[in-house]
Amino acid sequence: MSAPSFRIERSTPESKVALGLGIVALIALAAGPWWIDRNGMRIVGEFLVYLSLASMWNLLAGYAGLVSVGQQAYVGFGGYFLFAWAVLGGLPPLLSVPFAGLAAAVLALPISALVFRLKGAYFAIGTWVVAEVFLLLAAQVTVLGGGSGISLPIDVVRAIGASRDARDMNVYWSTLGIAVAILIGIYILLRSRWGLALQAIRDGELAAETTGVSVAGAKRLLYVVASAGTAMIGALIFLAKLRISPNAAFSVNDWTAFVIFITVIGGIGRIEGPIIGTLLYFALRSALADLGAIYLIVLGCVAVVVMLFAPKGLWGLVADRFGWQLFPTTCRLVLTQPSSQTSPSLKGE
Amino acid sequence: MEWGNVILQGVLVGGLYALFATGLSLIFGVMRLVNIAHGDLIVLAAYVALICVTQTTLNPLLAIFIVAPLMALAGYFLQRLVFNRTLGPDLLPPLLVSFGLSVIIQNGLLQVFSADSRKLSAGAIETATVQVVDGLSIGVLPLLMFATAVAIIGALQFMFYSLPLGRALRATSDDPEVARLMGYDNKHLFGVAMAISLAVVAVAGIFLAVRANFDPAIGPSRLIYGFEAVIIGGLGNLWGTLAGGVILGVAQAIGAKIDPGWQLLAGHLVFLAVLAFRPEGLFPKVDG
Repeated sequence: MSAPSFRIERSTPESKVALGLGIVALIALAAGPWWIDRNGMRIVGEFLVYLSLASMWNLLAGYAGLVSVGQQAYVGFGGYFLFAWAVLGGLPPLLSVPFAGLAAAVLALPISALVFRLKGAYFAIGTWVVAEVFLLLAAQVTVLGGGSGISLPIDVVRAIGASRDARDMNVYWSTLGIAVAILIGIYILLRSRWGLALQAIRDGELAAETTGVSVAGAKRLLYVVASAGTAMIGALIFLAKLRISPNAAFSVNDWTAFVIFITVIGGIGRIEGPIIGTLLYFALRSALADLGAIYLIVLGCVAVVVMLFAPKGLWGLVADRFGWQLFPTTCRLVLTQPSSQTSPSLKGE
Repeated sequence: MEWGNVILQGVLVGGLYALFATGLSLIFGVMRLVNIAHGDLIVLAAYVALICVTQTTLNPLLAIFIVAPLMALAGYFLQRLVFNRTLGPDLLPPLLVSFGLSVIIQNGLLQVFSADSRKLSAGAIETATVQVVDGLSIGVLPLLMFATAVAIIGALQFMFYSLPLGRALRATSDDPEVARLMGYDNKHLFGVAMAISLAVVAVAGIFLAVRANFDPAIGPSRLIYGFEAVIIGGLGNLWGTLAGGVILGVAQAIGAKIDPGWQLLAGHLVFLAVLAFRPEGLFPKVDG
């Protein structure tokens, strides 16, 4: 009689399929400039932007319970950082992206000390106030256009890429690179020790604390990481737009409302949620684009209905039904047959 | 006297901010719900008043007797049909549902009334003033606004501590489970709390509409002012909320006097300073 043998597995059959599909999609997207037309590239670029923003917000709200309604503060900060970097500093515009992230991380530390004093829903409105302060301060900076905004000067635009096509490609690949880095980064983070802590916090904050997880430390880490990621995306957004104004940069509708809807509809607290949500959002958008304000009303209604009747989102429904995990973050115990019982089949060969 | 005037105007506007805050503070106190759509509901009330006034040529200040019951009724059903389903240990659902509601109301108003700014005219009372001392006059309307805020907060305070309904609301707030064992119907009580909150919202909405221009997009900043007044004053203290509103109003008035661009910023900075140095608020509720 032998002891039951087992092994620990993370990957699941569907995750292997997803990995394959993901690699194919990545290659197809990386080759985008050769087979997608300009308008299509713009939409794919926007898709990647929303996917990244939603993934960052999901990390905050889904794992740490930090529902921020003020992430537009960092989108706008990243955008203005790009303009200050390129227009005032005269530095290469594409290089501003990582530094925007770094600067946002440094800024997010003292801000987290302030807003973390507010709990739950009050935290949400507190972050919104911070974003409003950013907006009002940006409007005071006259060298960057003040309240009416500023366009990137022509020499800076040329520094992104010599021709219009080269510029589009450079911005597109940078956006793709950041989006992929964010997805892989989140996946690695969630598989690490911190990830285990974060998932414990998601499933029960008090229980996590009593088993020795530093809840406050983990939350602060996430806030800083998400702010840095959001600022990098912000710099890329305005690198593509070539123009910035306080109201566009710190828009709560554009950079937070849509992002929240995407994450909630797709499935909060799962890596797959924002992906499904962004796909659905773009499908809905192309179907309802002509309806103006009604489109936002429909989106809001869908989000409310999902939150009321399927709080884990669409991916939550699928995952609970089939037990799927496309990004396996949990470990599973797989019992294997003791060798004495498997040997007959070996003998038969 | 010029600065005295600035500060006095700030104090009176603070009454309006306290009205924004009272409804928010009330439902948070009773059911720990932060209604992100609060500001948009204020604007919705302003538009309901606009319809009343254009249909009946009623004075806007009297339209309150139609708008407040309507909003209260809407609030009761909103709570029973939507928000009650979201209440529980998890903070996300109420937050996200009220956020969705905010976007729905905002764009619904935009669709129906367009983005044009509107204003309600209350007639001669808008420009009437009373002279306090030589060189310092105050408008009758701001004074009425402030007096209404004080009266509403006084009435709510009386209701909470002296009436059976207030006792029931405090009981569900302290311990919903035990309150239910004592025979209280929590779901109904939460509905009543939301109804009271939206009745106050109706008053705030009408004053907002009479005092200045409004359009569908201004809701979120009203939510933020109300929220700042609550935090500056200290959670769970209605008179503190009035003080918070006054401090916010005065800060904005002083900021605007220095530089028009600093009006809103000054208010936010006072809020952040309170958060940094006295996070429990200036007048926190004293636990017995």
